[in-house]
Amino acid sequence: MAFATENDASAEPASTKISIKNVYKVFGERPEKALDLLKRGKSKSEILAETGCSIGVNDASFEIKAGEIFVIMGLSGSGKSTLLRLLNRLIEPTSGKIEIDGRDITRMSRRELIELRRRDISMVFQSFALLPNRNVLNNAAFGLEVAGVGEAERRKKALAALKAVGLDGYSESRPDQLSGGMKQRVGLARALASEPTILLMDEAFSALDPLIRTEMQDELVRLQAEHSRTIVFVSHDLDEAMRIGDRICIMQNGDVVQVGTPDEIVLNPANDYVRSFFRNVDVSRVFRAGDIARKTQVTLIERQGVSAAAALERMKNFDREFAIIIGRDKTYHGIVSQASLVEKIRLKAADPYRSAFLSDVEPIAASEPLSNVLGRVAGSSWPVPVVDDENRYVGSISKSALLETLDRAS
Amino acid sequence: MTFDIGDGVDSAVNYILDNFGPLLDFIAAAIGLVTNGIQDALLATPMPVGLAIFVILSLWRIGLGFAVFTGLSLWLAEHMQLWSAMMETLSLVIASTLVAMLVGLPLGIAMARSDRVATVVRPVLDLMQTMPAFVYLIPAAMFFGLGAVPGTIATVIFSMPPVVRLTNLGIRQVHVEFIEAGNAFGCTASQLLFKVQLPNAMPSIMAGINQTIMLSLSMVVIASMIGAGGIGNTVLTGIQRLDVGTGFEGGIAVVILAVILDRITQSLGREGAGIWRVLFQKPARQEAAEAAT
Repeated sequence: MAFATENDASAEPASTKISIKNVYKVFGERPEKALDLLKRGKSKSEILAETGCSIGVNDASFEIKAGEIFVIMGLSGSGKSTLLRLLNRLIEPTSGKIEIDGRDITRMSRRELIELRRRDISMVFQSFALLPNRNVLNNAAFGLEVAGVGEAERRKKALAALKAVGLDGYSESRPDQLSGGMKQRVGLARALASEPTILLMDEAFSALDPLIRTEMQDELVRLQAEHSRTIVFVSHDLDEAMRIGDRICIMQNGDVVQVGTPDEIVLNPANDYVRSFFRNVDVSRVFRAGDIARKTQVTLIERQGVSAAAALERMKNFDREFAIIIGRDKTYHGIVSQASLVEKIRLKAADPYRSAFLSDVEPIAASEPLSNVLGRVAGSSWPVPVVDDENRYVGSISKSALLETLDRAS
Repeated sequence: MTFDIGDGVDSAVNYILDNFGPLLDFIAAAIGLVTNGIQDALLATPMPVGLAIFVILSLWRIGLGFAVFTGLSLWLAEHMQLWSAMMETLSLVIASTLVAMLVGLPLGIAMARSDRVATVVRPVLDLMQTMPAFVYLIPAAMFFGLGAVPGTIATVIFSMPPVVRLTNLGIRQVHVEFIEAGNAFGCTASQLLFKVQLPNAMPSIMAGINQTIMLSLSMVVIASMIGAGGIGNTVLTGIQRLDVGTGFEGGIAVVILAVILDRITQSLGREGAGIWRVLFQKPARQEAAEAAT
């Protein structure tokens, strides 16, 4: 998961898997008329009054990259499930272009569409939608069976998919003998069995109780790490979106309000609606130490010939009690305080600079979730330094910065 | 001002008789083949064998208690001298149910798939169900003469609506997420029908078939008035002679047949009875293990 924007630049730019351009969905008898009114700037309630049509999706345009988990989020009725169903044309778009691997699926014939659904896209449903007359194995093999795959091969593939979701040994069970979490594992196995490149998940974990939901989210992230697919995940739960999403698309009343990484959305919410989602979010789970580390502390580069006295002088100039000592390669060396420097100078220590390092400071890794370091920051008398995987100094977290971040949540 | 609809119907019947003779003959021959075939087979089966079949079916589908009831009640029918009449009636019921399913299931499916078809068919079904059953006897006898064939045809008309209605209803009530799942995994229209809709509509369809069987049983008795034969004759004799005893015996035989048919057909959508599984089936676990190897 990308959290530091600097790292993104170095990563290879992912190719576009799904591209949506000016897509509209109008529900009702007179979609053309409603669309016309909509483009002329009439409001949704006016259009409903005039034509009896409601707007499901209004001018959605964005791109989904290959291999990412893209979360579509919004309240119920915001059009998120409709938008998802446009991607495999379970719902026909009223106008606009939806391209998958560069092919416009809105122009596909019925036959081509069926081929696309059998090969490239599969779906996981909120209420599982397992066929009650089939056992687990035959449910998992459903897509393959429909696609005309031979019995032996579809059995092999379905068993492999069941194994991947941790359900080997249950192939002869009936769906109604399984718990909710296990049912959705079967739903996931059914979707994975045909080895699609795109997985559509419609509130797939919303019907599960919180513990199982978290377990399934981890499972999904694990499966994604093993075999990268493009996952479009619909959710009304921001915690879930933040937890699994590489990028999030926020919908409101059929409009796409904002598309961005979890950090971008939390840091720069597009409007009050987006902001309202965070009210109940535990930001300490969203943010990582690196996200709120600031380079506001004085940093001193350790090199030959720099005296402890000069360091002390600089700290006094900046009116800072503490200073971070880093190497020329920006690696973190230690932290000193005015008091410790003064003491070492007074004692005429052999290497006052190094010996003044505060001994009990352990830097925090930038990737550490904020929730894991709350105690350490709160219990520390000085700002806690944060380093990246190569021990380079990223910044430090002061108590006041921490409080400010947590306050954003309320 | 008076309309004489009756005259119109008369002349329509005459028109059909004059112009569609060969078609009527063909239908009569086809249905006759089915009805007489089943009847011959049932009548050729010796009573003890027939009784044993019913008892085993009861034991398999329902359980020990009902198997005892089946055995005793059929033994009673035999001793009322009504066994062969019962088999005649049963063959008419089976034949007309088969024909009703042959026509009714596709019609129900067509209704489920098209609102227009449903709008047209629904009032016809209402008419078929509410028209007094005796009314069908007259044209049936005119077109097909007397005997088992017109009896079967009149029975089919009277008993078909439930299977059509409940097939339609069952398919329409299949949960929308099952349909979406079917479509999302790339089902064609016929795959959706056979792999998703029909299996999920099966309890409703079975209830329809059960109702059709029950209705055809009641109609078969009435159809004895045009010579369809069976237990209906016994009842008819009782009425004509004001012989309450004979009429009652016929009535009891109809009820026995009705109860047995009802319970057995109702159980067809479910798993078999516990005692049967204990006696004759391998434990599920063992079966699963064998399937896995």
